[in-house]
Amino acid sequence: MTGNTHNLLWLQSGGCGGCTLSLLCAEAPDVVTAFETAEINLLWHPALSLETGREVTAIIDAILSGETRLDILCLEGSVMMGPNGTGRFHVMSGRDEPMKDVIAALAQRAAHVVAVGSCAAFGGITASGGNPGDAFGLAFDGEQQGGLLGGHFTGKAGLPVVNIPGCPVHPDWVTETLSQLSSGALSRDHLDALGRPDAISGRLVHHGCSRNEFYEYKASAEKLCQAGCMMENLGCKGTQAAGDCNTRAWNGSGSCISGGYPCIACTEPGFEDPGHPFVETPKIAGIPVGLPTDMPKAWFVALASLSKAATPSRLRENATSDRLRVSPVRRSKKGGKQ
Amino acid sequence: MSRLVVGPFNRVEGDLEVRLEVASDQVTRAEVVSPLYRGFEQMLRGKDPRDGLVIAPRICGICSVSPSVAAAEALAAAQGLSPAPNGQLVTNIVHAVENIADHLTHFYMFFMPDFTRETYGDAPWFAATATRFAALKGTAAQDMLPQRAEFMHIVGLLAGKWPHTMAVQPGGVTRWVAANEVQRLLGLLATFRRFLQRVAIGVELEAFTALGTRQALFELVETHGPSHSDLFRFLQISEALGLHQLGRAEDRFLSFGAYRQGSGHLFARGLRDRSGPQKLNTGLIAEDVSHAWMQGPERALHPFEGVTEPDTEMAQGYTWCKAPRLAGDPAEVGALARQVVAEHPLALDLVAQGGNVEARIVARFLEMALLVPAMERWLREIRPPDAFIAHGDTPPETEGAGLVEAARGALGHWLRVEGGKIANYQIIAPTTWNFSPRDAAGRPGPLETALVGASRRPGETEPVAVQHIVRSFDPCMVCTVH
Repeated sequence: MTGNTHNLLWLQSGGCGGCTLSLLCAEAPDVVTAFETAEINLLWHPALSLETGREVTAIIDAILSGETRLDILCLEGSVMMGPNGTGRFHVMSGRDEPMKDVIAALAQRAAHVVAVGSCAAFGGITASGGNPGDAFGLAFDGEQQGGLLGGHFTGKAGLPVVNIPGCPVHPDWVTETLSQLSSGALSRDHLDALGRPDAISGRLVHHGCSRNEFYEYKASAEKLCQAGCMMENLGCKGTQAAGDCNTRAWNGSGSCISGGYPCIACTEPGFEDPGHPFVETPKIAGIPVGLPTDMPKAWFVALASLSKAATPSRLRENATSDRLRVSPVRRSKKGGKQ
Repeated sequence: MSRLVVGPFNRVEGDLEVRLEVASDQVTRAEVVSPLYRGFEQMLRGKDPRDGLVIAPRICGICSVSPSVAAAEALAAAQGLSPAPNGQLVTNIVHAVENIADHLTHFYMFFMPDFTRETYGDAPWFAATATRFAALKGTAAQDMLPQRAEFMHIVGLLAGKWPHTMAVQPGGVTRWVAANEVQRLLGLLATFRRFLQRVAIGVELEAFTALGTRQALFELVETHGPSHSDLFRFLQISEALGLHQLGRAEDRFLSFGAYRQGSGHLFARGLRDRSGPQKLNTGLIAEDVSHAWMQGPERALHPFEGVTEPDTEMAQGYTWCKAPRLAGDPAEVGALARQVVAEHPLALDLVAQGGNVEARIVARFLEMALLVPAMERWLREIRPPDAFIAHGDTPPETEGAGLVEAARGALGHWLRVEGGKIANYQIIAPTTWNFSPRDAAGRPGPLETALVGASRRPGETEPVAVQHIVRSFDPCMVCTVH
């Protein structure tokens, strides 16, 4: 404990609130303990704080006047720019002012600005299907720099908007990033070109995937609730998406893939409009269009056809079964059962 | 007469503004404003019907499994598909975890902190309540959050993650469950049962659900004392403040039926008003846009014909929320409505003089206590060797409705497919019903009715009675407009 408390204000706009609800699932430590340890003083959170109505307006006004120091501003949900640039798809209640203007004014006062979740970072699901609400990220519109604050924005402490991606975020991504910020342990070097902390962007969802053996042999599931790799047919983007989802469990032991459905790359800008049904892999001449991000395509195709030819029958059978039906063979010294 | 605007109205899910007219320190008129529009119904048009299972659940981060289940049922109806029995059981369990977690979050994080306000500083129960239920800092949050997180392990195992799982599909679920996992899940459930019995409710679940009257409930509080459990503390406060006489709407309770079992539901589908059970005809549901910032025909439309076109000029109206009506009437939905429609004796007795704040809170505890034993049964009914999913195809021209119960009440998804794509997708969420604006006839929604008569205490700018009433509905504003 350093005795320096860090004032944090959390706002929500064009989102579902699911990142906060995910945050409440934090364990070892839980969110209350994590914030205490990081010496974070929550000025206000829309779902968790006592203050309502005028009490909230007073908190915000005190920040805008400089009376209260704002160390960290978190936004959850997209910035609603519509209709026609007015921002009136979300007028902050009790203020009669577009939320986008409140966010922009507060961002100028904040040492750090943090986008919590893919909506606040890039626009996210709220920007899907033609983006009827004109939903944008804080400093990005999809993968293009821009958004509400512009690509060159930096908080008063000098960092660009810190983007914690995900739909929703993993609770630890939030508690660890905020703890790094409050302890001064997050520098520009920790952020990738999309502003994401390297604890998230430095990994692929693929790492630690429980279906990796199927991936190695291109033993593919054809339908949901089959045991094989979901990359070839079911739209899985684990080999292209940032995240440690399969090395850091969700809700005790889970991940999308261990739940039996494909990674939809929710940590990546533009995931909301993949250009194909989410659970279908687009292919050209039978070859999936989306291959691992940094592997030469010709090598991938060559290795895939080689490994497919070498697929053990156990994997081939299990891949399209609705559970693991064939167990690994135990070799005995005498040769035993094959 | 004076006017009051209360906002941002927090500890609801999402943003909310309530506009009040007050005369002689009593609310005489209320308007409920849902200030956020995102446009999910517009986004879904033109998409592959299966994409609804990815996008629609992301309307809401607090009750995401409920739109999953509604979207899956709508698509199953459009496909003419029945889920695999194991798939239905797992869906029920995952859905029940979410609904219970939502009831806990509501009580501990959203509702109870209001009794720690200074205005109650002189009350004999204040000190203990402030220590226990102070927002985030109280001991209750420290006790409940780890329990809630571990309870969610059930969803982690069965459905990958929470919120925004894609495990729930029209024909069942995407993950098989092994025999050893059933045992592990029973253990997680046993841990949670212990928390409910020792800390939250204070008695055996079966003893609590066997209660038939409000009087019997208060005899328990009398016997054990208000410090015995978090529910009993609330009941002590409720009695002191008369919360059983606060926040009555029109007492027309609607439930679409929760947790499919065989050909019916664990909690029945139906409608009940002041004269008793009524026939429910979901074909008579229609949405009116007269007081919403929405364009559309003057007559109210059934959701299969529903239109969602925002009026970007915001020329007329006071909210983005449409006004759903059943045969022209507003309806109250939620845990209380579910238990009243299901004719649980305690729920019926609690509303003998009309719906109220206390009854809405107790109904959530009643539901948690009824659900945990049901989940134990569903887990034991899983047959690990059998299928967990059935597969179907969507005809190019088809339609289907998914009518389910979210934690906060009746949730409907109406899907129409043309040329293999989503032609129309209409959603009526629980809080759309409860926080509905006025309709063309000028008739207010349930909350707008329930607020009339609420008192303002001396010196208050945001009357605490208004806050109790609003939060007793456990509103989810992100669902309301979507």
